[in-house]
Amino acid sequence: MVPMALNSRRDAPEPPDFSHLKRLARDQLIYLLEQLPGKKDLFIEADLMSPLDRIANVSTLKQHEVDKLYKLENKPIVSTCDQLCFLIRPRIHSVKWIADIVNTDKAAGRFRRYKIIFSPQKFYACETILEEQGIYGDVSCDEWEFYLLPLDDDLISLELPEFFRDYFLEGDQRWVSTAGKALHLLHSVYGPFSKVYGIGRCAKMTYETWREFVEDGEQRPRQPEVGNVFLIDRDVDFVTSLCSQVVYEGLVDDIFRIKCGCVEFGPEVTSSDKSLKVMLNSSDKVFSEIRNEHFSNVFGFLSQKAKSLQTAYDKRRGMDIQQMKMFVSQELKGLKQDHRLLSLHISACESIMKKKTKQDFQELLKTEHCLLEGFNIRESISYIEEHINRQVSLTESLRLLCLLSLTENGLIPKDYRSLKAQYLQSYGTEHLLTFANLRKLGLLVEQQPGDTITAMENKVGKLVTDKAVGKLTDAFNSLAKKSNFRALSKKLALIPEVDGEYDLCTPRDMAYIFSGAYVPLSCKLVEQVLDRGWTGLEEVTRLLNGNEFAVTAGGSGGEIKTKHDSQRIVFVMFLGGCTFSEISALRFLGRERGYKFIIVTTAITNSARLLESVLDSRV
Amino acid sequence: MIQNKPDEDDYWNNSKFKAFTFEDEDDEFSQLKESKRAVNSIFVADDDDEDDDDVEKVSWSGEPVGSITWSIRETASTNRMTGEERDYGFPKTETTAQIPSLPKQGSSYSLSSLFKGRSKLGNFQVLSDCIHWVPVGYRPGATNNPSVRSFAPELRKPKSEYKDYISDWSPEDTVRRMQKGKPYSLESFRSLKDKLLLLDEAVQVHDGNIITAVLIFLKRSLSKEILFRELVSRQIALQHFIHFLKEAGEQILLLELLKTLGRTEDMALLQYREHLNIQDEVQRKDFLKGCISLPFSVDDASHVQDHYTLLERQIIVEVNDKHLERAGQTEIFKKYPRKASILNMPIITTLYYSCFYHYGESEGMYSSPTNIKKTFKISDKQYLLAALGARAKLKAWKDVDTLFTTKNWLGYTKKKTPIGFHRVADILHKNNAPVQVLQEYVCLVDDMDLKLNLALKYKCHDVIIDTYKDMKDRHQLMLYRCKVDRSSPEERKIDDILSNTQIRWKN
Repeated sequence: MVPMALNSRRDAPEPPDFSHLKRLARDQLIYLLEQLPGKKDLFIEADLMSPLDRIANVSTLKQHEVDKLYKLENKPIVSTCDQLCFLIRPRIHSVKWIADIVNTDKAAGRFRRYKIIFSPQKFYACETILEEQGIYGDVSCDEWEFYLLPLDDDLISLELPEFFRDYFLEGDQRWVSTAGKALHLLHSVYGPFSKVYGIGRCAKMTYETWREFVEDGEQRPRQPEVGNVFLIDRDVDFVTSLCSQVVYEGLVDDIFRIKCGCVEFGPEVTSSDKSLKVMLNSSDKVFSEIRNEHFSNVFGFLSQKAKSLQTAYDKRRGMDIQQMKMFVSQELKGLKQDHRLLSLHISACESIMKKKTKQDFQELLKTEHCLLEGFNIRESISYIEEHINRQVSLTESLRLLCLLSLTENGLIPKDYRSLKAQYLQSYGTEHLLTFANLRKLGLLVEQQPGDTITAMENKVGKLVTDKAVGKLTDAFNSLAKKSNFRALSKKLALIPEVDGEYDLCTPRDMAYIFSGAYVPLSCKLVEQVLDRGWTGLEEVTRLLNGNEFAVTAGGSGGEIKTKHDSQRIVFVMFLGGCTFSEISALRFLGRERGYKFIIVTTAITNSARLLESVLDSRV
Repeated sequence: MIQNKPDEDDYWNNSKFKAFTFEDEDDEFSQLKESKRAVNSIFVADDDDEDDDDVEKVSWSGEPVGSITWSIRETASTNRMTGEERDYGFPKTETTAQIPSLPKQGSSYSLSSLFKGRSKLGNFQVLSDCIHWVPVGYRPGATNNPSVRSFAPELRKPKSEYKDYISDWSPEDTVRRMQKGKPYSLESFRSLKDKLLLLDEAVQVHDGNIITAVLIFLKRSLSKEILFRELVSRQIALQHFIHFLKEAGEQILLLELLKTLGRTEDMALLQYREHLNIQDEVQRKDFLKGCISLPFSVDDASHVQDHYTLLERQIIVEVNDKHLERAGQTEIFKKYPRKASILNMPIITTLYYSCFYHYGESEGMYSSPTNIKKTFKISDKQYLLAALGARAKLKAWKDVDTLFTTKNWLGYTKKKTPIGFHRVADILHKNNAPVQVLQEYVCLVDDMDLKLNLALKYKCHDVIIDTYKDMKDRHQLMLYRCKVDRSSPEERKIDDILSNTQIRWKN
């Protein structure tokens, strides 16, 4: 049932073993804990708990004299330990909270030793807090360079969801060097890379940062395990990340939220009163066969699987004692495991169906497809309006508004004003702030008369030097960036032309991940560029605001054998997050073309996460 | 500040450099000048190659090359110039290659170096890092160890120049050292030009962490007027500064900055955002009142006005309803106790609430639905949706009926809706309306197919049967007969129709 390649010319190579990365992170953490010998209490930032779980467990920590474990919360601590260790992301408010603890202790005449371990790195702004609070030197600081968490054979995450907001909304480049270092780590262990492609301003900066690291380091000739790299900014393609997901893994993420490769199924799925946490990755045999499937295929697969399971169990009949013994010792365990997983995924599917039927998913998808294809726009607008009026989920309404704006190059002023007013009435006036943020991101904008921006540039241009004008132009572009979706869609043939039904069982292109309605722009770019570089895509890159690049490793000359397997292993690094749908699409592309894609992302995202990250209404 | 290349401080490592004698004070002075000159000459030579003309050249002592101070010093030292000058202008490649013995660590990520605690460069104290701690009396050239740097010439500078030589890193070097977590010092960046060169260099390497670090330094060492002025033409640095101030909670400074930049709308939004931090509703209301006059866009200003008005009324209604609920005399509150307070709810939620608890009140009451509709200019459609939802929830089917009933001039009544009867049916269905009520509205759906689909979905047998009859579809009707209960009224109805000889069936 896995979508078969129609013409698989060659098998994709095996991916390298990324478990090294876990060992690396674990060993470094142990080293850091040993830097504070003796018993200590460990406070862990909530965001770091799941990643930490993936590489170590409580006994690992206990072995290194961690006494009690606490979650970092904004309230006074109760620890009686003489040594406190804090494992945090480099955030100002966390450091302020720690500073309060230290100063409270000081005021009470209590002596303790404190250590902050920043992951993956510390920021000067955080150290400044320590200095200002008069505790610089009282607290030792370290960095746990846990840049990369392998979530699966072909998926590595930086687990930095804030990358998106910090860079794209706030314009803060604090994570750029982190991305560069992550890339450098991959390069050092699995490289050298022979080719690096990229598109987007952040991609370019990440590349340059990485190159600096490489130049600083020593190059040893090595056999590469991964040859090609493709870097892409999330804002190159917002549309894909905002579409409803309909492949199984994406759907599970949209509904239940997969966190760090793990999902928590509630009582409605487990049909008991308990929730169940399940790891979702390629070691789950049932899941790995359905994860990339369009949801409509999943039922068929599951029932087929159930039948074959039944047959396997039925083999017992007519067995003699010896055969039975063999069966029990060799097959039964596996069958039971399959059975458990199967029933779990069947219940999950049921639950998904129930939820989706309730929200009229069919009609929602129809509207999305209309927006993507650009017809019945007025109908779509009234559909969105109704969504808003009926106070359907706040992010859903926002998602549709953003899709409308992105596909139409902005809303006409009358619509913008009316939809915004209705939105504020339905969800609260404080969403004024949300609209301001979305405008800044270019996600939800009002159509401007074409010359406004240029006029502004000229005006400012007279005041400052040429170089500064360039910078200003960039800034203005990001303020009023046009998505040019319609033109891009045409140029890259993102909307497949289908006679009759699109065959979702044996898909012919990546559009299957969106029911055949749309080929994800991000993945299409990867496909095109791996085929022939950026040549021939000049118009496309212009529509995407440029910043594309393709670099071939120099110097080492003839070393690179294009026939080598490593050349068909490609890192695709998403700066600002990628969705499970995109991952499925790339897996499909890989099978079709004999590539093995390794997805590296700052975080797994979906429409809800992306939009929630730009809400300002929660303090 | 010298604009030299990253590794050019290695120049001092060069063993060809002659040691000083330290005997003749005068001599010492002149030689210092020479070394300065030498370094400057390296820089100038470099410049020709690099064509780096967008950065202002600054001499060792921080004076812009070509400035008056600089040229005065130049004149002072030219007299003492010797032929040795040429020897100082080593090509970059030669000087940078001077420290081969320093173990340069490659990737610390190779598995062999698993146990390194800190970053590859951070945990390795490169000798150049020691420069801060070299005792002043250290005699350069006294050792032949090539890995020890001879940087002594500066150590005996006259007092007037003393301030400069603790760490004379160029902006490039400083930024690189900061990136690598090596010791650095920003104290020597004192002139505005140097500060800006430093900032621009941080921006040049794209490292947000360093950009912010430099900005924190500039914030401490420049007056805000000057800093703001310089940030205007540095958009990237500006964004970092704004984000830093936001995170650090420096609201007042941030507002001043936005004001200087003329970004009045951002200012207004930033101030408005503060209301989220105010828990007490009366204080919040008063704060919002103050926000009305902020320089919002025209549209936003009216939204903020609405926000204030809404909260003001919510407070009044809340006090009143809380009282009614406690008194226990009002039927509706007794039957349907409030689940939450109405404070800080959106306008539509407030409307729904008033349709639920205060339906039919006169317009003069703040709590009446009509008052809310009018005050906040709620469209008929939105009003209808809220009212329908609320009345359906209460199973007040008569109210629901009235919502859609209009009388024409002849006094005939007709049912009309701006949202389509399929929506009405949907909302009623979601509120568990009985089939009798539902089918009345399903019947009103114009589109035959849609009507049939809805009827099937909601199991409105009468509508289904009548529709098949209207469509003269005997076949479907017979099929449907199998789906209804045996000897139910529906079955009888179907049988009646099927036996009706008047109907001309199409099949």
